[in-house]
Parts: sequence; structure tokens; C-alpha cells
Amino acid sequence: MSSVANLFVIIAVGIAAMFFLAGTVGLLRFPDTLTRLHALTKADNLGLGFVVLGLMPLVGVFVALKLVCIWLLVLFASATVSQLIARSALRKAGAP
Amino acid sequence: MTETLLFDAALIALILGVTVWTLAVRDTIAAVIGFVVWGLLIAFAWVRLAAVDIALTEVAIGSGVTGMLLLRAGAQARKFDAPVKPVNRTTSIIAGALCGVVFVVLAAVVLLATGPGPTLAPQVAESLPLTGLGNPVTAVLLAYRAFDTLLEKVVLMLALLGVWSVAADRAWGRPPELWTASRRDGVLRFFAQVLAPVGIVFAIYTFWAGADVPGGAFQASAVLAAIWLIVVMAGLARLPATGSPALRLSLVAGAAIFLVVGIAGVHIAGAFLAYPPDFAKALIIAIEAGMVWSVAATLALLVAGPPQAGERR
Repeated sequence: MSSVANLFVIIAVGIAAMFFLAGTVGLLRFPDTLTRLHALTKADNLGLGFVVLGLMPLVGVFVALKLVCIWLLVLFASATVSQLIARSALRKAGAP
Repeated sequence: MTETLLFDAALIALILGVTVWTLAVRDTIAAVIGFVVWGLLIAFAWVRLAAVDIALTEVAIGSGVTGMLLLRAGAQARKFDAPVKPVNRTTSIIAGALCGVVFVVLAAVVLLATGPGPTLAPQVAESLPLTGLGNPVTAVLLAYRAFDTLLEKVVLMLALLGVWSVAADRAWGRPPELWTASRRDGVLRFFAQVLAPVGIVFAIYTFWAGADVPGGAFQASAVLAAIWLIVVMAGLARLPATGSPALRLSLVAGAAIFLVVGIAGVHIAGAFLAYPPDFAKALIIAIEAGMVWSVAATLALLVAGPPQAGERR
């Protein structure tokens, strides 16, 4: 594998790790459910996205497609789940 | 080499950490979530041990289905939550000592073992072509140890009967009740509508691929059960009455097909659950297909819980 591809992998997965770290810090430090959800979903989605992107040069076309499918499914599931959690949190807080 | 060692060490530390947290945490729901995370980490450990089939099963059934079962049980138990009584010191010391003994003995057995353990793996690999399968795990489950798998089906059914038997008399034969999103809530509905076809295709793929690569009937049925539950919770479908003949038939179909093939084996191939070599793979697939259907129904209904006498909506 060329060193360009290697560099690409390292940078992309490095960015992913940063997003996961930021998301975790946000999850631990943010004051309420909604902001914590924001930190979690933003970081998770982008973090996983960059992991998938970073793995692209290492795998064949079909595996790459599978990885993208996994990313899309996780995006979809985490968006849905955070909507549900946010609504339940709002309902408990007595907001509209 | 060092990198994988580092990864394994981190994984083990995480598993131990999550174990302690799950045991120590006081809140039931938090403990269940800890358990689900723990299952996911254990699955990673299985992947590291090159046992992908077990990893898939752990995630799907050990973590997923059991986690949901525990969540529901925890939510039920919350209604009756009494303040936790502190365990007295003698009891904790005795329990701790016994756990310590088990740990030391197990550690000794693992660490002092010499040479490779007894294994039937070479025999399995040798006669794998006879079954027409490529995945030795599936071959063990459906051919060499088919009897165990058949009994597992029966045990699952008995477990479901156990859940049903706690229902009130007047609820018998009624459908179980599951939390359902309100009609105006489009989020879960949309999610279920998009996910259901994807999940069904994925389950069929898992089942079909299980013949040659990791995957198989159990994992496929866990996926199907999950999809069914999501569709029900989204309000797109209702759980069937537990007395409905179609449902009862679905529940026993897997074991019934298994038994029929098994008994036919006595006459055709000379032994109970023996397959004639030419049709081995076809018969195994047929058994597995019935199994996926029945196990999916059983798992979903296990999670859904006992039938309820409440008003039918």
C-alpha cells in the first residue's frame, strides 16, 4: 500500500478518534439531556463516518460498500433514538 | 504483535471495568444497560478469539434479546421496588470467599493445563463435505449435535410457556401488551417502515450465509424478532392473540419439522436425525428455515411477556 493511502488512513481515523473523544467529553460534561444527546450524536455520527472513510483504502469495493451501509444504518438508528430520548426528556420536563 | 496485545489488554480492562460497574450500580435500568454494553464487549473478545459465530450470537441473543427482556422485567419490578436491604457482613464474606475459590480453581485449571485440550475439530473438518456445509459451527449444530439443537428448541418453547403461565386466568389466550408509540409520533413509525425491509433481507442473508460463513438460524431469528418488535412498538402491527392457532403453529413449526426429518432419518438413513448424504444440505436448510420462523416468534413473544387482560385497542 502506498504511503499516501497510509497517511490518509491515519489522518481520517485520527480525526474520528478526536470526534469520539469530544463526544465522550460532551456526554460527561454537558448539563442536560438535550445538549448531551447533541454531543453524542454529532460526535458518534461523524466519528464513525471518519472511521469508515479511513478504512476505505484498506478494503475492497464490496467491503467498502458494506461499511457505508453500516454507517448509514447507524446514522438512521441514532437519529431515531435521539429523537425518542429527546421527546421523552421534553415530556418529563413539562415543556411542549 | 504489540498493537494487538495492547488492544486485548484494553479490551480486558474495559470488560472488567464494566463488570464491576454493572454489579455496583444501584439502579436496575442502569445495571441492564451495563449488562448490554458488557455483552457487546464480550462479543469483541469472541471476535479476537476467532469465534465469530459466538460473537454474533452473543450480540444478538445474549446482549440484544436478553437485554430487552431484562429491561422489561426491570421496569415491571420497579413498581414493587422495596428499599434495598444492606446485606450483612457474614453473608458478603462467605459469598466473596466462595467466588474467590471458584476463581482460583478456574485460573489454576487454565494456567496449569499442559498441551492442547481434547478436541474433535479434526474429525469435524474431515467429514464436513458429507454435510454439504462450509461452516463447521453450523455443521455441529445441525448435523453432529442436532439432537442438542432440537432440545434447545423445545427448551425455548418451555420458557415461553413459563412466561405465559404467569398471566391471569382471564388473560389466557389474549395478546401480550407492549409499549406502543402514540399515533401522532411519526419518528418510530418511519424508522420501522424503513428498517423492516432492510432487517428482513439481512436476516435471510444471515440465515443463508450461515451454511458457509459465520451466521445462522439463531442470529437470523434474533434479527427478525427485533424487527417484529420494532414494527409493533411503532404501532404498525399488533401482537397476535396468544391463543391464535396460526401463532401456536408458528411456535411449534421449527421443532416439528426437525422431529419429522429426524424420524424420517430412522427409516431412510438408519438413525434418528441422520440425513441421507445426497440431501443433507437441503434437509439442513429446511430444518433451519423452520427454526428461524419459530425461534423468531418465540424470542419476540418472550420479550413481549405474558398475555394481558386489558382492553383490546
